Amino acid sequence: MSRDRVSLEICEACAEAVRLADVDVVAAYPITPQTHIAEVLSEMAADGKMEAEYVNVESEHSAMSVCIGASAAGARTFTATSAQGLALMSEMLYIASGLRLPIVMALVTRTLSAPLSIWGDHSDAMSVRDCGWITLFAENGQEVFDFTLQGFRIAEDERVWFPFMVCLDGFHLSHVIEPVELIEEEEAREFLPTYKPKYRLHPDQPVSMGCFAMPDYFSEIKKRQDEELKASYDVIIEVWREWESRFGRSYSPIVAHRTEDAEVVVLIAGGYAGTARLAVDEMREKGLKVGLASLKLWRPFPLEDIRKTLGHARLVVVVDRALSVGGAGGPIAGEVRSAFFHEEKSPVVASFVAGISGRDVLRSDFEAMVRKAFEYLDKGDLPYYEMFGVRE
Amino acid sequence: MDEERARLLRGFSPRRLPKEEYFSPGHRACQGCGPAIAIRHLLKALGPRTVVANATGCAEIISSPYPQTAWRVPWIHSAFENAAATAAGIEAAYKALMRKGRIKKEKINVVSLAGDGGTADIGMQALSGALERGHDCIFVCYDNEAYMNTGIQRSGLTPYGAATTTSPAGRVFKGQRTWKKDMPAIAAAHHIPYVATACISHLKDFYRKVLKAAEIEGPAYLHILAPCPTGWRCPPEMAVEIGRMAVECGIFPLYEVEHGVKRLTVKVRERKPVRDYIRAQGRFRHLTDEDIEFIQKRVDEEYERLLGEAEEA
Repeated sequence: MSRDRVSLEICEACAEAVRLADVDVVAAYPITPQTHIAEVLSEMAADGKMEAEYVNVESEHSAMSVCIGASAAGARTFTATSAQGLALMSEMLYIASGLRLPIVMALVTRTLSAPLSIWGDHSDAMSVRDCGWITLFAENGQEVFDFTLQGFRIAEDERVWFPFMVCLDGFHLSHVIEPVELIEEEEAREFLPTYKPKYRLHPDQPVSMGCFAMPDYFSEIKKRQDEELKASYDVIIEVWREWESRFGRSYSPIVAHRTEDAEVVVLIAGGYAGTARLAVDEMREKGLKVGLASLKLWRPFPLEDIRKTLGHARLVVVVDRALSVGGAGGPIAGEVRSAFFHEEKSPVVASFVAGISGRDVLRSDFEAMVRKAFEYLDKGDLPYYEMFGVRE
Repeated sequence: MDEERARLLRGFSPRRLPKEEYFSPGHRACQGCGPAIAIRHLLKALGPRTVVANATGCAEIISSPYPQTAWRVPWIHSAFENAAATAAGIEAAYKALMRKGRIKKEKINVVSLAGDGGTADIGMQALSGALERGHDCIFVCYDNEAYMNTGIQRSGLTPYGAATTTSPAGRVFKGQRTWKKDMPAIAAAHHIPYVATACISHLKDFYRKVLKAAEIEGPAYLHILAPCPTGWRCPPEMAVEIGRMAVECGIFPLYEVEHGVKRLTVKVRERKPVRDYIRAQGRFRHLTDEDIEFIQKRVDEEYERLLGEAEEA
């Protein structure tokens, strides 16, 4: 099945997916580098191309609060933000998940202040990793488009009922124009039928949402939330299979490249995986047995996929675009290490923090990190983590 | 307004109030809880085609211990500072869903319900945003003049001189050192179609205002004085009476601002001394005659100003 590809800025591709999803309510507050998503959706609403209510909220906290009210009332709901905006709404992210509302959000990832920086990294996404949202990292514009549409379908599934966040790198993805294969409105409707919530705030069937829980109920509710978020994994896979049969593009929690016989595997999430893929090919040409694992699914954490993809390697080089200040490693590296802690055979996991606040990570940088990790390994003094490419 | 509710206002009598209880008995409010009385009547006035977005606070905590609920209308609580934004989301959802034919077209009252802190302190930004955007909601502040469910801490609406746990009466400070924030005026400054003050002591006025707020298209703000015997340090059976005293001494005048036109809705012919109101409550017991005189003077000034504005209109 071949389709026309159109050149779109990736923010536009995201907005186009939202339009195709026939959303009912969009509430967003502009923040760099998310701005273009808010602008394009406003335009669509102004031109009548999208029948949604566009709510010009006065803050991100209210953006998520409006989404919560709207989703609870049975509307298909979308928002987008970045960095400080995410931090401001983070209180509401936990609540959206606890209330089990299928809100979809695009997080255009950006550095958290201070110092103030509008440039991209994953410190914002990592700051809310425990908030109970299904979280995916996109590597390119096509994935942003696909994941956004898939997000509504996954989130609204009765077996799921969780909010869904697609992370796209600020600037390195958000502001880049790429060829994207779109789908027709009719195809979108078939893939994503009208949202029919089982419960909604409506006088026909009064329900109370958001009751407080005393300690004798709280733990049980949280356990169920945790178990059901993990169980959403199967639905995500199921939706990806359907997507492949409909539109020909396949997805998996980790997309592996030349890992089968790899002695070392580089693992990274987001757009920089594209550069890493080229770097891996170059290193292969030089005779280094290197592979790449591009992490798509961050929550629920794909433990088994991690073990399967990385288990046979001698060394895993995790490149985190976020720093856990004063911690024991990059946030993704920490979880990869945990995944292998009880395994009989485990690769050594090297943790590099690179590409923070939009700093480029070049092909040569990936090679340098791989070589450095091997050196540390040979000398037997691998640090818990290292900030790569920082001036002394 | 349906016929039953319109009839309510003709020959108003407590006996003719709707029998249905939408805020069910059995909730966990303190004895004599003013906010519980306010919510009960608010919902009786609005009827069953109503949905409530409730801020964290007394109203929420007394009514919704999982797995129980006192709410017989659809109700949501999500956080403290965002009742107005949550209500705005519900309103936007109904608008979109009715336009698309996904739910029946009808008038549903969307109520944002928050205490004085959830309205005038932490909830101010979300409220201001929602008022400015013009959502067709009723934004209700039940004002019990402090953070009561956490143990009586002062808010921006705690009156001058009142002792709370964070504005205690000490050797240096005499309780709350600031004057009550003029929240209705702030709401009115958004030039929304309807702003009104109400009190649980004046039910006819209360019902009329709630019904008007529901009928008017666009945002309506209702500021309801809801005495809290626990926090105000008075006997539970005095809650309504204390409210009446607040109105009659002029410290909490009942008025409305409809499309910019200000009207006193309960005219007090001879205002009673503020002293009676103050001396009836333990939270003011440390105040000297001099302090009360100071309060009386300011209440007089403000009341005169209100009369002036109302007359101009």
